[in-house]
Amino acid sequence: MAANPMSQFDVYRIGPEIKVGAFDISFTNASLFMILSTLSILLIFNLGSKKKSILPNKIQLLAELSYTFVSKMINDTAGSKAKPYFAFIFSLFMFVLFCNMFGMIPYTFTVTSHIIVTFVLAAFIFIGVTVIGFIKHGFGYLKLFVPSGVPAVLLPLIVVIEIISYLSRPISLSVRLFANMMAGHTMMKVFGGFVISLGIVGGWLPLSFSVALTGLEILVAFLQAYVFAILTCIYLNDALNLHH
Amino acid sequence: MVKKTYFQLIFFSFFFIKETFAAESGGMPQLNPEFWISQIFWLVLTFGIMYLVLSKLILPKISNNLESRKSQILENIEAAETQREDSDAKLKEYDEIISKSKLQANSIFNQAREKALKDIGAKREVLDKQIDNEIAEAEKEIDVLRKNAPDKINKIAIETSSELLQKLIGAEVNNSSISAIVDDLSKRNGDKYYGN
Repeated sequence: MAANPMSQFDVYRIGPEIKVGAFDISFTNASLFMILSTLSILLIFNLGSKKKSILPNKIQLLAELSYTFVSKMINDTAGSKAKPYFAFIFSLFMFVLFCNMFGMIPYTFTVTSHIIVTFVLAAFIFIGVTVIGFIKHGFGYLKLFVPSGVPAVLLPLIVVIEIISYLSRPISLSVRLFANMMAGHTMMKVFGGFVISLGIVGGWLPLSFSVALTGLEILVAFLQAYVFAILTCIYLNDALNLHH
Repeated sequence: MVKKTYFQLIFFSFFFIKETFAAESGGMPQLNPEFWISQIFWLVLTFGIMYLVLSKLILPKISNNLESRKSQILENIEAAETQREDSDAKLKEYDEIISKSKLQANSIFNQAREKALKDIGAKREVLDKQIDNEIAEAEKEIDVLRKNAPDKINKIAIETSSELLQKLIGAEVNNSSISAIVDDLSKRNGDKYYGN
């Protein structure tokens, strides 16, 4: 198991097989880490919102800083109209961040390294944003595909490109997160394997690489969560304030 | 745009890889659809519950905390502002009182000085008058004395000369003749002795 760098992404059943109709919804290690992530988020933010003190303690400060961080991000990218979607984007950011960070602990499973998870999130965002756009602007939302100030000759080409880029949003959003997580973890596993195979003599170089990669991966874990949330905000901004 | 199409290519290549390596167990576990439904189910469940709890219970509390802190800080700033204004007004009052009292002190000092000067002037005038009076009286006395002086001198001269004559010649001399001589002399030499 240890030799294969991809085996860390294996999903296996924990406990009995649960089937609803034809669907297998067994509890797996992925489910375990989803539950761990959500529980730690709820725990931290519950503790952080319990007391109502003017001078916040550490955990309250953490919760309030996260709150203001996300709310500022939404306000900067999507404007004040995005206020009703704050809770969703906050949950999204925290969920992705905690799943990424849980994955940085050795022997854990990274939920966000699975394309199906990120794709479901991205597809939900895509569909939600499209629905919001059509509700807010009606068929005028289609103007999104017709940028203003483009020569009439180029217009057919531009519209096609815009439509393709719009439709590829969920794919790019999900693959970006999934590929980053998978690549980083695979690389760490590969370098870890080098440490073992080169032994006490030659293992130091890959070990130092491994240490540096761990730092990088923690950065990437945060950054990808941030990118995921901010891209959601940008898509939401397109739907709320039609710029084109 | 290039980036997006690039990602698309990667995505579709994953499916391609999956097709080619499906038979082998060592492909990408991500592309094994065995637990996809389970993952979707648990993702929707956990994320949904977390979203509900966060949006309905926790986030409003945090936003309330932040709001109340903000309003309290604003209130405190307002209170501090009013207190500062109060203290400014008091400072102004104090300055006014100080400048007023300075003016008063000045005027009181000036009045006192004028009064003292007046008093001194009046007293000096009185003293001058007294001194003048006394000088005038003394001058009068001197005048009287001066007027009386030749007569007395004449008398003394007459008496001494008559007594001298008596002692020298032993005869009684007529005082009137002597006085005539003395008068005559004093009239002639009077200017020389009295300077008038």
